[in-house]
Amino acid sequence: MLDEVTVAREAGLGKVGSASTLAEIEALDIELLGKKGVFAGFKASLGRLGTVDEKKTAGQALNEASQSVAVALEARRGELARAARDVQLAAERLDLTEVLTPVTRGHAHLVTQAWERLEDVFIGLGFQVAEGPEVETDFYNFEALNMPRSHPARSGFDTLFTDYRDDGSVLLRTHTSPVQVRVMQTIEPPIYMVMPGRVFRRDTPDATHMPVFHQIEGLVIDRGITMAHLAGTIDAFTKAFFGGAFTSRLRPNYFPFTEPSAEFDIQRPDGSWIELGGCGMVHPNVLRAGGLDPEEWSGFAFGFGIDRMARERHGIDDIRDMYSNDIRFIEQF
Amino acid sequence: MKLVLSWLADLAPLGDDVDALSRLMTSLGMQVEEVVAAGSTVDGVITARVLRTERHADAAKVHRVWVDGGDGIERHVWCGAFNMSPGDVIPLALPGTAMPDGRLIEPRPILGIESQGMLCSARELGLGDDHAGILIMPEGTPVGVPYGQALCLATEVVFDVDLTRNRPDCWGHLGVARDMAPRLGVELSPGPSPLTATGPVRTAPVELVDGERCPRFTTIVVSGVRVGPSPERIARRLQAAGMRSINNVVDASNYVMLELNQPNHAYDLDTLGGGGFRIRLARDGETMTTLDGTERTVTVDDLLICDALDVPIGIGGVMGGLHSEITDATTVVAFEVASFEQTAITRTMNRLNLRSEASGRFERGVDAHGIARAQARFVELLSESCSDLVVHAGAVDARHESLIPAERSTDVRISEVNRILGTALDAATVDALIAPIGYHRIALDGDIATVALPSWRTDSWAEIDVIEEVARHYGYDAIGLAVPNSTMHGRLSHVQQRRRLLRQLLLGLGLDEAITESFLHPDDLVRAHLPADAIRITNPLQADEDVLRPTMRPGMLRAIAFNESHRRSGVALFEIGRVYPPGDRTRDLPPEFEGLSVALAGCDASAAVAVWREVSGALGVGARVDQSQPPAGMHPTRSASLSIGKDVVGAVGEIHPDVLDAFGVSERVAWLEVDAGRLLAAVAKIAQWKATSRFPSTDLDLAFQVPDSVSAEKVDKAIRQAAGNLLVDLRLFDVYRGAGVDDGARSLGYRLRLQATDRTLTDTEIAVVRDKVIATVAKMGAVLRG
Repeated sequence: MLDEVTVAREAGLGKVGSASTLAEIEALDIELLGKKGVFAGFKASLGRLGTVDEKKTAGQALNEASQSVAVALEARRGELARAARDVQLAAERLDLTEVLTPVTRGHAHLVTQAWERLEDVFIGLGFQVAEGPEVETDFYNFEALNMPRSHPARSGFDTLFTDYRDDGSVLLRTHTSPVQVRVMQTIEPPIYMVMPGRVFRRDTPDATHMPVFHQIEGLVIDRGITMAHLAGTIDAFTKAFFGGAFTSRLRPNYFPFTEPSAEFDIQRPDGSWIELGGCGMVHPNVLRAGGLDPEEWSGFAFGFGIDRMARERHGIDDIRDMYSNDIRFIEQF
Repeated sequence: MKLVLSWLADLAPLGDDVDALSRLMTSLGMQVEEVVAAGSTVDGVITARVLRTERHADAAKVHRVWVDGGDGIERHVWCGAFNMSPGDVIPLALPGTAMPDGRLIEPRPILGIESQGMLCSARELGLGDDHAGILIMPEGTPVGVPYGQALCLATEVVFDVDLTRNRPDCWGHLGVARDMAPRLGVELSPGPSPLTATGPVRTAPVELVDGERCPRFTTIVVSGVRVGPSPERIARRLQAAGMRSINNVVDASNYVMLELNQPNHAYDLDTLGGGGFRIRLARDGETMTTLDGTERTVTVDDLLICDALDVPIGIGGVMGGLHSEITDATTVVAFEVASFEQTAITRTMNRLNLRSEASGRFERGVDAHGIARAQARFVELLSESCSDLVVHAGAVDARHESLIPAERSTDVRISEVNRILGTALDAATVDALIAPIGYHRIALDGDIATVALPSWRTDSWAEIDVIEEVARHYGYDAIGLAVPNSTMHGRLSHVQQRRRLLRQLLLGLGLDEAITESFLHPDDLVRAHLPADAIRITNPLQADEDVLRPTMRPGMLRAIAFNESHRRSGVALFEIGRVYPPGDRTRDLPPEFEGLSVALAGCDASAAVAVWREVSGALGVGARVDQSQPPAGMHPTRSASLSIGKDVVGAVGEIHPDVLDAFGVSERVAWLEVDAGRLLAAVAKIAQWKATSRFPSTDLDLAFQVPDSVSAEKVDKAIRQAAGNLLVDLRLFDVYRGAGVDDGARSLGYRLRLQATDRTLTDTEIAVVRDKVIATVAKMGAVLRG
């Protein structure tokens, strides 16, 4: 019987060695090691052996044989499983530069992008954000801003008027400054607000002008606010928004709603200047229109264009493209 | 405003460092746009030597001239003047030169022979009025160089300066020099000596009929005038400042205006009707021809300068007429300097659409008390060319009670100066800063300085106006930087935060953000099948864009059509922006609100509903989707209104195909519009924690045949109600119409996920839920499908 076991073992190992698929391995597992397999057959016939020694010797040999076959079988199974996975992996190769799924991310309008970037910088500087109506009354757009009916500066605003009131007193706001007065009337100082928004001018569209565009306005009203605070705030904004290497300057200008008034310029690290916007100390008449006592409160205001920020950031030659709603433009940003 | 450096330097010794002066002007609020060298030189004109001249047998009026432009090349030029000889150096305009009168020099053949340029007279080069012959340059003039350089033409440095409304004084060179002098530590030069009449009485009387519009009107009479060219200095400066030199009288008048910001007029007294003036308002419909040759119709709100016979000879403060102009024969001049009411000038200018050097100045404000100096200066200037000039006694100074007082003052608190500027200036320092520009301190009482306001600063009235002058002359740069000590914290408001959330959600859904036009065509709303009532712009830029949008729909449809026409179909756009419905027009302002519009080209209504569900879910605001009344302009069987309570807040579905046709859109367009303001203002409930069950869940798939008249939403609700607490998720996963389903009905397949928080559900429990669901929806006519 020992010889038979040896032969069976050799035969079994040979079969396992030459098995080439996992299915063959599973079949061999049953054929050799199963309940009705070759080695089980030998085990059943052990009882027929004569002596205890014979039984013991044959039993040991049988165990060794079946164990060696089982080890070989497991090893071969592992090899074949790895090979099969390798084949699968090789067959699954994808060229990851072949992308059929369209990109579906949407694109925020450039004005929105600039608007939010500006808001975020001012929020970082301690400002909150206020808004007001785009269709405005003559009072808020002009009169409360120290521009009574006959004021010559009114003509510079190229105002669009509506038929909402017969007397022409309802118009499209020409700047975001009316929000200043609305804020003063509704919020107790201290006021630290920026007011972004859409504004309208009777301006023929060209590469740098649109009749509809966007401004951001800042207003600070508190006790003891001085022109030095204005200059310091402009400078803090300059560094936060443009970068630490940028500086700012104020130079005298005129606006009816601030006095002293200034234009503020930003200097690039290369020394060149950008004329950014207007600012000044809120005029006492404007404080009064906002219901505040100019002897108690003082403040400053500033404002500039949002569209231009977007235009300069992205090198856009013609501002009209920004409002074309051309998907080929929108997708670029 | 063009400021000539040499002119400024006459008024105060400012030096000649152009860059430093530019910076100073800018730092004082006069923004220098450009500095140019104006010497009336014309680019492309060089000096050339005459080599020889020759007549041509067939040309009587011109002859041929050969010149050398310094490059050794012999050039041939036809010339109509004969005053040059070989060896003379003359100015040659090369082909391509643009002459001041607008001519372009081109090689123009005469008798088939080309002219390679043009020889120039003095007038052609703007060097005076001499047009008798070609300008012969002095002996020894180098050849082949720009003629301006060869003639050592005193090129004038001209600052082109952008002036602000609060600086009327800067419209004269004196005002600018006065502002700059103290910063340079120099004194203003003395003005002309006061006028003394040397001649007998000769008067140009003035009748001030409507004096409130002309508070002051003065005349002096000078005789012994000989009209001729101006001294070169005067002509050159006027030209550099952008005015033409005409003759010595007119030039002196203009010079006074540009130097002192005193518009004025010189009349020929001998041709002035009645020898005097009558200042009155016009009669409606009255006409007069202004100096520019245009006949103007004036109204009762326009002021006329008439002669003593009541014939209009000028529109007050705006423009003179053609009568009584200075001619070569003029010997006696009535010189008028007046002051006009500012705001009325603006009205007249706007009504006539007529701006002039004078009206622009009167509109901004002219010193009503600077007239004596203007008269003295006029006489001084005219004397340069008229040695026998006589100033007659009998000057007229007609005044109206509305004349602004010569002496005005305001109290200025030194503490207020420092409170506004953030400075620590004392009274003496403040005085030292502003006294040199005319704000003299009259008195000082503790903190309060009483400051005289200079008559030329018609913009200055109040304490704050003086504080601005202190700031300017202290220097904005010197004020320093400080940051407010604020305890406020920066943040977005509730609405602003939610607006950003909404926008990010839409971007994440793959929508691109548009900003469509605020102004619509009048027929846009009709084409969109929307109510035509809208707010109109009364002065639109384009007559056909006068409707203020009550909805973004036309703009969005145009954007889709535009992209389609550029082979970009299937665009998905959204816009968050204000719309302006007219409302009932009873409120102070229209009920403007912030709208959200979504347009999905090439998609059907369900895509818009899906977007709405995401928006609604993200913002935590639900709305009733009501298909019973299709919204205007939308697909009648594929649209619904969105309502919260009783209010319709939006619409969802598809755009009506007729509307799509009208806007040239060929794809379906799924559409969502909603009152974003309302969604953003809403406060979403804060979600409260619910334990997730540790026990297994069971899915139940049920398909019902449901009549089309019953909405899926109703079936959904019924299932939820019937399944009760055990239902943790309900999903409509299949909609089917066709074989096996009755006409007028569809199959709706639902997956119910059932789960208890405290146990594993038994088959019996599940069967109970199943039966209850089936029985409940059966009441709506829904039949379980096998």
